[in-house]
Amino acid sequence: MTVTELSKDLDEATLSIVAEYPADVTRVWQLWADPRLLERWWGPPSHPATVTEHDFHAGGTVRYFMTGPEGEQYHGGWRVVAVEPPHRLEFQDFFANEDGTENTDLPVSSTVVSIAAIEGGARMTIDTRYPSTEALEQALEMGMEEGITLALGQIDDLLAEPVVS
Amino acid sequence: MVVRSLDEKETDRLFHALADATRRDIVVRAAAGTLSVSALARFYPMSVTAVQKHVDVLESAGLVHKNRRGREQIVTSVQRRLETARNVLDQLEAAWRERLDRFADVLAELEEGDQQ
Repeated sequence: MTVTELSKDLDEATLSIVAEYPADVTRVWQLWADPRLLERWWGPPSHPATVTEHDFHAGGTVRYFMTGPEGEQYHGGWRVVAVEPPHRLEFQDFFANEDGTENTDLPVSSTVVSIAAIEGGARMTIDTRYPSTEALEQALEMGMEEGITLALGQIDDLLAEPVVS
Repeated sequence: MVVRSLDEKETDRLFHALADATRRDIVVRAAAGTLSVSALARFYPMSVTAVQKHVDVLESAGLVHKNRRGREQIVTSVQRRLETARNVLDQLEAAWRERLDRFADVLAELEEGDQQ
């Protein structure tokens, strides 16, 4: 099992996922830092990734596209925020237009990758903050939703009454 | 995830909001799909303004959410929005799980290469 821990927080719109690998920290880092290695795992087998730009420094940009079975291309990239080899990487993951320029209509998620040495290998933690599919954002604006959802469960009978025609 | 119960005022607002057949119907319709206030008004023998007022009562009770899309006021149920948000996180989780498995495969291939 690669993934050892996972937590999702709907209120904070975050996903935290921890994986452990029987490999050196520097080797794990290489899979992010080397574009040829990155493209071997970033996209699913049906949509392999091609990295076209890999400016792996704070303020730099990584650009890639994934190719689907029908030859269709999905472009994306990272705005690189911090690079601290071999332990920490931070980037903002964006969708891009066909020419590789950022598509500002679609949501950007922020990701922090932390890699630490453990006995027999490395532990990698991926923390992603997903701000703004509109629905996620709207749901998060409200502090009450969980309480309301619970209350709704209790008043199902009320709602089952015949409706006005 | 924060789960908390409603205080007395919130409970009052909730039950007041649901103590009306039209408002209950709006909640049911909003749970089934996103609708504009003017589309909702076609279901009831009343003005758009009157429906608007019902929607406002439901919104202050936290039962529906209203947002503007162009000239329309769109009504969505809170449950529906929560589900959507949950789906986004679930999809993200599935994508990362697969990605991290492939990550392991690439590492294993590199380690094999080292040994040869």
